[in-house]
Amino acid sequence: MLLFLEIGRYCRLLYDALRSCTEFHTYRQNLMSEMVKTGIDSLGIVILSGLFTGGVLTIQTSYQLTSPLVDRSAIGAIVSQSMLIALAGLVSGLVLAGRVGARIATELGTMRVSEQIDALESMGFNSVSFLVMPRMLGGILMFPIIYFATSTAGIIGGVLAGSATGLLTMAQFMEGARAFFFPWDVAFGIIKSVAFGFVITTVSSYKGYYASGGAEGVGKATTQATVLSCIYILLADFVLTAILL
Amino acid sequence: MIEIRNLTKRFGDHLIWEDVSLTIADGESLAIIGKSGSGKSVLLKHLNALLNPDAGSVLIGGQNIFELNYVDMRLVRQKFGVLFQGGALFDSINTYENVAFPLRYFTRMTEQEIEHRVLECLELVNLKDMGHKATSELSGGMRKRVGLARAIVMQPAYLLYDEPTSGLDPVTSEEINELIIRMNRELSITTVVISHDMHSVLRVAERAAFIDEKKLSWYGTIEELRVADHPRMREFIKASEYVI
Repeated sequence: MLLFLEIGRYCRLLYDALRSCTEFHTYRQNLMSEMVKTGIDSLGIVILSGLFTGGVLTIQTSYQLTSPLVDRSAIGAIVSQSMLIALAGLVSGLVLAGRVGARIATELGTMRVSEQIDALESMGFNSVSFLVMPRMLGGILMFPIIYFATSTAGIIGGVLAGSATGLLTMAQFMEGARAFFFPWDVAFGIIKSVAFGFVITTVSSYKGYYASGGAEGVGKATTQATVLSCIYILLADFVLTAILL
Repeated sequence: MIEIRNLTKRFGDHLIWEDVSLTIADGESLAIIGKSGSGKSVLLKHLNALLNPDAGSVLIGGQNIFELNYVDMRLVRQKFGVLFQGGALFDSINTYENVAFPLRYFTRMTEQEIEHRVLECLELVNLKDMGHKATSELSGGMRKRVGLARAIVMQPAYLLYDEPTSGLDPVTSEEINELIIRMNRELSITTVVISHDMHSVLRVAERAAFIDEKKLSWYGTIEELRVADHPRMREFIKASEYVI
């Protein structure tokens, strides 16, 4: 019963957010700020995650491909394609479920328990349009950029790790990466990143917007937002991969 | 005029109060009193439709606000100013921007006009030089005064106060009481105060309504309250350590 109530309230919040998308003047200013907080401010951590993921994947693939019959450039192909199709979106999604999801749930939860959302409503604002819409749009618009940054960092990480350990040269890596580059892989990665951006921002907004019970309630909402975002990202990743690949 | 007609509110199976009817005349100052948990704040949140009742209506200018669509409801809400218990100031912006906030979104005022209006409101609450302060730097009393400045900046017809003096020292409480009286008398704003601070109630209100045992238990003028023969209300007033 509680599950249906939660789903109903989540759908209602989404409906209210989408219905208010024409009120651009209400969320314009917040949208810019959200795009910076979600996208630009997250670049450091996702680039770092991408660099190490690409590096580890290169060394690990090299370790697994022991046959002398397989050309070293295959490592570049496997790493770059894995980053573009799967890992860049997933790693950045999971990292940002913590960074962005927790921030959104805490901000909105604190605003809820300190009556700031009531204050907005009582002034005549549409609080969903003012608070949820810019966060949702900010996530959807910025996650593809984060995806590009993570996948690029992953490939650079792979090149650096390969060169530094002497497993393969940059030329070998790029030869394999170019040979197995398909534009659809990038399109698939973008679709996934948009879905992840939507999941993280809407789940976290929902948990924060309906938080109750003071500081403890905000803490609970933040934890739930992070955990649920991670679960739904894994679920969405599986579903999209099964449908689109 | 605000007319509350046969209002009933439940949270799940829990009845908060039922069949509450009250009329608040224009320019009047009404205090709603009652024990903690009696549903005073819940009743206040029905006056501008922040909460919806299970039954009954609230009429503003003869129009039941619960029958309005969301856009019209937001227009009705703009007739209200609300001072929330903790001030409910937006902590991401400073004091000046908090007061200017509704003006920026709901008016076409120039920056100069906004500044003039904001400083006028901050002066009314004796905080003219505090505009640059972050809200985290403000004391409890100052937060309430900034909240009050923000509540009146759009020149509302109705002002709702949720526990305006709770958590304040006697001197600051008295300053807030003075401000409530000024807003009501000088600006002719209809005032509804939720409080269990009887000193404040007797200072600022012309009428009082006592919520008890899940209903509107008593309603009358402050003069009538002083001599009312209502055992539970007398007990409440006595427990408030206030001698009439």
